[in-house]
Formats: sequence, structure tokens, C-alpha cells
Amino acid sequence: MKKKAAKPASRKPKSKASSAVSLLVATRKGAWLMHGDAARKNWRIAGPHFLGHIVSHVMLDPRDGRTLLAATKTGHIGPTMMRSTDRGRTWQEAKQPPAFAKAPEGEKGRAVDHTFWLTPGHRDEPGVWYAGTSPQGLFRTNDGGVTWQPFSPINDDMTYRKWMGTAQDGTPDGPKLHSIIVDSRDSKHMLFGMSGGGVHESKDGGNSWQVIIDGMEVVEGFNFDRKDPAFHDPHCVRICPSNPDRLYQQNHCGIYRRDGDGAWVRIGRSMPKTVGDIGFPLVVHPRNDKTLWVLPMDGTTVWPRTSPGGRPSVYTTRNAGKTWQRLDAGFPKSQAWWTVKRQAMSGDAQDPVGLYFGTTSGELWMSRDEGRKWSCIARNLPEIYAVETAQFA
Amino acid sequence: MKVLIPGALRSYTDRSKVEAHGATVAAVLVELEQQYPGIRFRMIDEQDRIRRHIRLFVNGGQVREISQSLDSNDELVIVQALSGG
Repeated sequence: MKKKAAKPASRKPKSKASSAVSLLVATRKGAWLMHGDAARKNWRIAGPHFLGHIVSHVMLDPRDGRTLLAATKTGHIGPTMMRSTDRGRTWQEAKQPPAFAKAPEGEKGRAVDHTFWLTPGHRDEPGVWYAGTSPQGLFRTNDGGVTWQPFSPINDDMTYRKWMGTAQDGTPDGPKLHSIIVDSRDSKHMLFGMSGGGVHESKDGGNSWQVIIDGMEVVEGFNFDRKDPAFHDPHCVRICPSNPDRLYQQNHCGIYRRDGDGAWVRIGRSMPKTVGDIGFPLVVHPRNDKTLWVLPMDGTTVWPRTSPGGRPSVYTTRNAGKTWQRLDAGFPKSQAWWTVKRQAMSGDAQDPVGLYFGTTSGELWMSRDEGRKWSCIARNLPEIYAVETAQFA
Repeated sequence: MKVLIPGALRSYTDRSKVEAHGATVAAVLVELEQQYPGIRFRMIDEQDRIRRHIRLFVNGGQVREISQSLDSNDELVIVQALSGG
């Protein structure tokens, strides 16, 4: 591991910010929008939206720059989807939120507890979005989020249902379908992850799916079968915008890279042993397929999922995982036991790349220089579930 | 019949008491949905089960199945369970 702070991959000294970045912050008690200036130095907070609602994800439609979707529920009433077509000034409820098909008489059907993940569709398919739910389900809208339908055969495929397991097999607040990816080159090439249930790929627009878990490890010591998707827990899968043949993955069992149709390679083995390669989020550089950032969590003993040693750090690699550099300038040096969830870290498309993440303790941090220096831009928010960057039209 | 609406659902009705009719709890909920689109799914899931933290009472007795019959003079009370954090 190199000890020097990493330089931005672009090596360009001055920011070329073209338009302001906003952050879409989803929390356990509502959503907030953070609006930055062109230099990303001053931030204005707007909200709360949906105060008291559990907001799992807020996403901007990059195809029009003004439509927002927010996946919400409350502690008592069922899930729904909220839409805004005016950059978050007003919101309307979806007419038909994601819901599983009604089970035949005598069979026990599943019910969506919450929508967890939102992905806008391909740029050539305006109005199309995909949603992943808890328990694991895949849904699609063709009308910008007004009405949602179950998508692809997996929701009712009994083989998939076995891999999905039950609430006892998933994450503490419910098993999830996440990391829905649409290849920018081909709308029919899609991927998703399931916690638990592995990573899956379709090359025919979701009509059929292949399991892609070759090379992924499972929890040691229990003789779990590596070939069984049920034992795999991908936390976050990302495709490289600059090279869509390359995927990266933060998994319950390490950090991985996959090129083309090859096997996953555990690139987290080269992380410092005292830190490990467990975590939730993963951010890929928008223009460099060898650069990514992770935020390690303690995966030892009872899986505390806090900053190892109480010393938070982001780690980056500039060579596709051969070596890693620690990036912690500006972070507390001790007694900071942060947890950062899988959707709670993202990057913008500017040069140098801005990085952002939110903690479960309600702090929002950012770096304007690809992680070399960090600053806190908001405190005292509720538990942060997701942070997404947005550039409004 | 009179239907009492909990605070969490008043964004749909703007009122704590509304009128809806039907021979069963299910039918009343269908009419509520017609009057206030979206409200039913927040209480009843896609398998027609009462959601985990929602309770329905008719004249003080808890409703277990939405197929339960109703009289026109009954009162339906919708409650969010006393849980939270």
C-alpha cells in the first residue's frame, strides 16, 4: 500500500465545473436536497421532504434533468412512490406503486415491504425506470413512475425464490434487490444484485437471467456451497461508465472486479489486513475504469459494520485493485464509529470528481478533489440511507 | 358508515372522519379507495392482508380478515399500531 495521498486521476489542477451539483439525501425520517454552487464549496439545504417518512432512495431522471422519484413508506403504513416533475418543488403519489402479483387462491403471496432501489432506464427509453424491492422483486415503469408492473420472470420463479430466501436470510431490515444496472450501450443488457441471492445478468432485456457468481467467495467456516447463489451477498455492484465491460462489486465477502464474461477477482485482498475489504458502498470514476473508492466497515466478530478502529477512511485504487491508498484527511482521527450504507456514497461527473457520503449518524461529507481532503457539509440529519448526485436541467 | 382515519392517512382524506359504505370491510375499503386514491394500499397489501402495523376495529372489535361483514350502522376505526421509534 502506498502511503502518499493519491492524486486525482485526471491530473488537471483546476476544477472545470460546468454546472452545479445537487445531492439527493434519503433518510429514515425524510429527504433533503443539498444544492451546491458551481465550485461545490457552498451548499444550501432544502427540506425536509416527507418528514417522518422512511425514504430509501431518491433519484433524478438524467434524461430530463427535472423528474425525481422517491421511494417512501412510514413505520406504520405501506410503501409508495412519490414523483416530482419540477425538481422537487411539488410531489405526486404514484397511481400504482410496485406490488407483487396477487397469489392464486390457497398460495401465500409476497408483499412489497419497501422499494429499496431506483434506476432510470436507458437514454433511448424515456419514461422507463426500474425498481428493486424488499423482499427481492424487480419492477418497471414505462410512464415515468406513475404506474409500476412486476418485471421479468424472476419475481415468481421458484428457483429465484429459493435463492432469495426469507426475511431471516437477508439483511436486518429485510432482504433486498439492488444495484439494478442498464448498460449505456445496450438497453437489453442488465444486471442486478440480491442480498442475499447473488448477482444476475440479462442480455435479452430481462426475459432470461444468468447467475454470475463465479469467483465470489462465501462466509468461511460453514461449508457453504460457492455455486449456490443463496449464499452470496453482494452489497453493491457498479458498472464502469468508461468501460461497461468492467464491473466492480463490494460484497459481504470482499471487493471484486469482473471483466467481460470472466470470473470475479477479489481485488480487496490487497487492502491492509487491519482494515479489511468489507463494506457497503462503492463508487467508480466516471472516466477512468481503473479508479474506484470504497468505505471499509469492520466485518470482524459480530460484524459491527463501523469504521475499523473508530478511524474512518475512504480507500481508493488507481490501478483496478492492485494497490490501495488511504484517504482520510479531514476525518476524525479516533472514536468515530461511522456506518455508511450501500446507497449512501456517490460521485459526481466533474473534474476532479467530487465524492459524497452520508453516515447513519446523520453527517454528510464531501471531497472536491477525489478524496484527498474531506469536509463535513451537514450534521444532525436523521439516519442517512442514500446519497445521490444530481445535475438539474 | 362512519370511518375514522388515523393521522398517518389524513394526507389522503384531510379529515379524521369520513363516510364510506359496503357490506364487508373489504367493500368499504374499495369505496375509500375510490374516494381517496392510493389510501387502500397503505393499509392492505397486494395479497389482501392487513398490513403489519395497521389495526382495524368494528364497534370496538378487532378485524382479522377484511371479508368480515358489516351492518350499515357499524363504525370502522382504522388505527396505526402503537409502535414507533
